[in-house]
Amino acid sequence: MSAFVAVLARDLRLGLRHGADLAMVVIFFVLAALLFPFGVGPEANLLARIAAGVVWVTALLAAMLSLDRLFHADYEDGSLDQLALSPAPLAVIVLAKATAHWLTTGLPLIAVAPALGLMLRLDPAGFAPLLLAMLVGTPCLSLFGAIGAALTLGARRGGALVALVVLPLVLPVLIFGVGAVEAEVTGLGAQPHLLVLGALLAAALPLAPLAAALALRQALESA
Amino acid sequence: MHRFANPARFLRIITAILPWSAGASAALLPLGLYFALIGSPPDYQQGDSVRIMYVHVPAAWMALAVYSVMAASGAVALVWRHPVAELVAQAAAPIGAVFTAMCLITGSLWGQPMWGTWWVWDARLTSVLVLLFLYLGYIALVNAFDDPTRGARAGAVLALVGLVNLPIIKFSVDWWNTLHQPASVARLGGPSIDPQMLLPLFTMAGGFAAFFVTVLILRVRAELLRRKLRVLRLAQAQG
Repeated sequence: MSAFVAVLARDLRLGLRHGADLAMVVIFFVLAALLFPFGVGPEANLLARIAAGVVWVTALLAAMLSLDRLFHADYEDGSLDQLALSPAPLAVIVLAKATAHWLTTGLPLIAVAPALGLMLRLDPAGFAPLLLAMLVGTPCLSLFGAIGAALTLGARRGGALVALVVLPLVLPVLIFGVGAVEAEVTGLGAQPHLLVLGALLAAALPLAPLAAALALRQALESA
Repeated sequence: MHRFANPARFLRIITAILPWSAGASAALLPLGLYFALIGSPPDYQQGDSVRIMYVHVPAAWMALAVYSVMAASGAVALVWRHPVAELVAQAAAPIGAVFTAMCLITGSLWGQPMWGTWWVWDARLTSVLVLLFLYLGYIALVNAFDDPTRGARAGAVLALVGLVNLPIIKFSVDWWNTLHQPASVARLGGPSIDPQMLLPLFTMAGGFAAFFVTVLILRVRAELLRRKLRVLRLAQAQG
């Protein structure tokens, strides 16, 4: 537990001191989402129809962009070896790092999502389910992303590879995240979709750190 | 398990299996094709386009089976540090990717006359598409490292994580209302397909499986020989 808190505090402090990196992810998110009105035209009905999907897809891509921060710097300067040597289980450390990743990328994305929803003319009924779905869904992105980031440590083509590995795994998050908004707007109720997202998170929370820790061990052994 | 970790012994065993699997695929595939294209009746609703099934369904079965083989070898490689299992997993991946692509393409060709569309975003089709991306991600990941062992280990972890997709594919037609028809062969109360159509289907499936084993053996053998050659060359260079 103390290891979890220590790693979390360290990663948060590091993340906040590199504030520009965090801002970059959020700016990418906003910019990419606002490309769509230019791409498909500013017609309100069309935008309202695709708003939830656009917000989710761009959030997914923004999260992918930020994944290299998760382990890469620690891997390069050797502090990951030190963390792996500590008596705390590696999975706990991974969980702490994924939590820090979510606090520094997931939460800011959620914070600006309503503004994007407004600009993309999202139906007023869709805001609450969008935010709730993102609140449950983005931690899954950080957890699955941790697996991908650990697997690709030391690979030759890091950036695109991480997306290729992680995106198929997080597709359910996208499907049910968008589904929640659509269902609420059409009057069916977002609850079933939110429950599935919750189930995904409940499964990923214990399992993903284990898989990521296994992948990290492989990366550190062969380094 | 450890008996097969010796590459030389493994090579001997697979070389002994090779003629049998090659013979089986050479016998079953033409026979299955004959039954499928000529020797079986057309469907009372679908007419002759039902014959696409005899390629589509075995390809889909193989897509799932090869992924299971890959994940199982990956698990063996991780748990027992089994070098040959790593090779088998890597050699299986491109074959599985081709089976998956074949399943998607034949399904699309079948969907156009039957459903009136090449593609629908329903659960079965989408989850098989994800399977294709999992295969491609695995292949990209395995080849992305300078150290081949590191690539194989990372790939093994990814293959195990991606295993969650297999039950989703299998049960997608039961969990969601989809355009794709539900299971009609492996179901309680026996298959709902006529025996006349089951015969070519199973012959083709056997042929596909034998073909997979044959190609897998050839690929594993080539890789083993390549490594042997590399070691010999290194030894020669060092004099």
